[in-house]
Amino acid sequence: MIDIIDLHVSSNGKSILKGLTLSIRKGEIHAIMGPNGAGKSTLARVLAGHPSYEVTKGEVWFKNQNLLEMNPEERAILGLFMSFQYPLEIAGVSNRQFLQAALNAQRKGKALSTLSDADFEELLTLKMKEMEIREEFKERNVNEGFSGGEKKKNEILQCALFEPDLAILDETDSGLDIDAMRIVARGVNALRNPHNALLIITHYQRLLEFIKPHFVHVLSDGKIIRSGSAELALELEEKGYVPCRA
Amino acid sequence: MSTQNEIFSAGADYKYGFVTPVDSEVFPKGLNEDVIRAISAKKKEPPFLLGFRLKAFEKWQEMKEPSWAHVKYPPINYQEISYYAEPKSKPRLERLDQVDPEILKTFERLGIPLEEQKRLANVAVDVVFDSVSLGTTFQKKLQDAGVILCSISEAVQKYPELVEKYIGSVVPIGDNFFSALNSAVFSDGSFVYVPKGVRSPMELSTYFRINEKETGQFERTLIIAEEGSYVSYLEGCTAPAFDTNQLHAAVVELVAKERAEIKYSTVQNWYAGDPKTGKGGVYNFVTKRGLCAGDHSKISWTQVEAGAAITWKYPSCILRGDHSTGEFYSVALTNGKMQADTGTKMIHIGKNTKSTIISKGISADEASNSYRGQVKIVKRALQSRNYTQCDSMLVGNRCSANTFPYIDVGNSSSEVEHEASTSRMNEEQIFYLQSRGLSKDDAINLIVNGFCKEVIKELPLEFAVEAQKLLALKLENSVG
Repeated sequence: MIDIIDLHVSSNGKSILKGLTLSIRKGEIHAIMGPNGAGKSTLARVLAGHPSYEVTKGEVWFKNQNLLEMNPEERAILGLFMSFQYPLEIAGVSNRQFLQAALNAQRKGKALSTLSDADFEELLTLKMKEMEIREEFKERNVNEGFSGGEKKKNEILQCALFEPDLAILDETDSGLDIDAMRIVARGVNALRNPHNALLIITHYQRLLEFIKPHFVHVLSDGKIIRSGSAELALELEEKGYVPCRA
Repeated sequence: MSTQNEIFSAGADYKYGFVTPVDSEVFPKGLNEDVIRAISAKKKEPPFLLGFRLKAFEKWQEMKEPSWAHVKYPPINYQEISYYAEPKSKPRLERLDQVDPEILKTFERLGIPLEEQKRLANVAVDVVFDSVSLGTTFQKKLQDAGVILCSISEAVQKYPELVEKYIGSVVPIGDNFFSALNSAVFSDGSFVYVPKGVRSPMELSTYFRINEKETGQFERTLIIAEEGSYVSYLEGCTAPAFDTNQLHAAVVELVAKERAEIKYSTVQNWYAGDPKTGKGGVYNFVTKRGLCAGDHSKISWTQVEAGAAITWKYPSCILRGDHSTGEFYSVALTNGKMQADTGTKMIHIGKNTKSTIISKGISADEASNSYRGQVKIVKRALQSRNYTQCDSMLVGNRCSANTFPYIDVGNSSSEVEHEASTSRMNEEQIFYLQSRGLSKDDAINLIVNGFCKEVIKELPLEFAVEAQKLLALKLENSVG
């Protein structure tokens, strides 16, 4: 699905990722954990195509295409989705308008027919129900006045609508209470199938209690310093990140 | 469907920056009594109008150009401007196919296929090409309804008593420097008269275009809505790209009688000058004012100001009738080196009068954008209300936005509410939308239109779509 090879990234002249290598196959769930400042969110944002990072070395291949040569919308259309740690507010634009514009832009990019208002409405209503999001969120402006949990649910709702091949969840658990986390995790689990993959970026392992990863990686100072199975997350929770660096 | 509204879709390359090579008669530069007499004679005006012009000229000479607006420009030499230009081959035309083919071609390039409009669009168009109004369509349908739409010059000939009664009644001759100048030298413009109880059967539309290089366009428009009538009037403006500045000093007067409603919409995309050097561009110094003369009358101004080097414009309402309503919805976009000082005045005189002001300023590059608004509620205007909302959006770090509200409430039973905000269109928002599959242009489009939504929705539908495109196009090169 995705091969990240020896990725070096800097921002404003400061080196952040220093030779990260990671491969994710279809059907797999990977988790990247690590202390603050290790470069976790940078990895997510670089993969999504944020313009403020400079890739100084390395390659990223997604579905056999050179991801680093694509602009953000092309990556989205190809099937990459990143759930933002801090979703942005868009004043005056209703959530429905935003979601429909985005879904149809992606469908257009994939040479599929765009959804009519009625078809989209039906799909949106269904997906919102599954995510336990109230109807009124269709009319509200994108992320405006949403609580932390509502913003994250809205991110996963987008994931459910777009059905990406690879979803990257950047600190999706931050700011969620336990009930919201359950709903988000259930939403994510419902999206899983043997043909897609998931990369979870998190500081804590608590989300991983609800979404079981196949692999856990520890990112520290711009590199993956340790990889293991789901048990590694528990070990990290107990002992902290310090022993990893030894 | 016709593409008439392409007139507004100018991007980085100003699409309407062409000059039509038509022989035209241009007066020598300079302004004096003789020039005014010559204009009046040229137009075969009745004595009252010459008197009006001369009185205005006298006032103007005593007045000083206003300097309070938050704009900067070199002094204008009013003797270096020609005050009248008309296409030389001016015919008295019965049919459009009698129009000079060069002019028709211009209309086509402007996106106003008049021929096609006759068949397709439900819009009557009165086109003002420099100073002379050329062709008016849909006269028949309007005639049947009793609605008069013609050039003001024609109205002076056909309906002199109406013109005499109303011209200068809302914007007095000596109101301000630019209105006095306009009153002295106005060339042409539109005249609309809607009789008692009539709803205009279609939106009325006018396109203004400045073709001559050093001609001021002194548009004069007068709209009168009699008791219980309704009219919606749209204007769009463009000018060719010249590296000298052109002066557009217009006066628009609206009169709404009892229970009458006038909706006046403008999409202005004058040439704004070179975005890097600031050279050239139109000086848009406009006085627009509506009088809600009768009880329960309503005047609504909607404007999308996206062009001109300098905009100085305050469409206002005088709410004289009890229970009358004034509205002002504005989007002012400045980029490059554009400067805009625009807003409104709501003068509450009648009881239970109501006004709403929604102003959206978008400023990018090195542009300056100011909202200036006055809300005055006089002592006798009991139980009146105003709601004002001023939002500014900044794109980049070199632009500026200012808000200058003046509020004066003369009684304790009235209420005034003012909200203001400033936000910044940022790279993160654009990235967020792009990461959801939208192109950068579509992302900017969505953000800008979200910001301007309350104003755009006031525009007639086809204007709204084009106005949205225009705003997005204008900003394309200013973001990131």
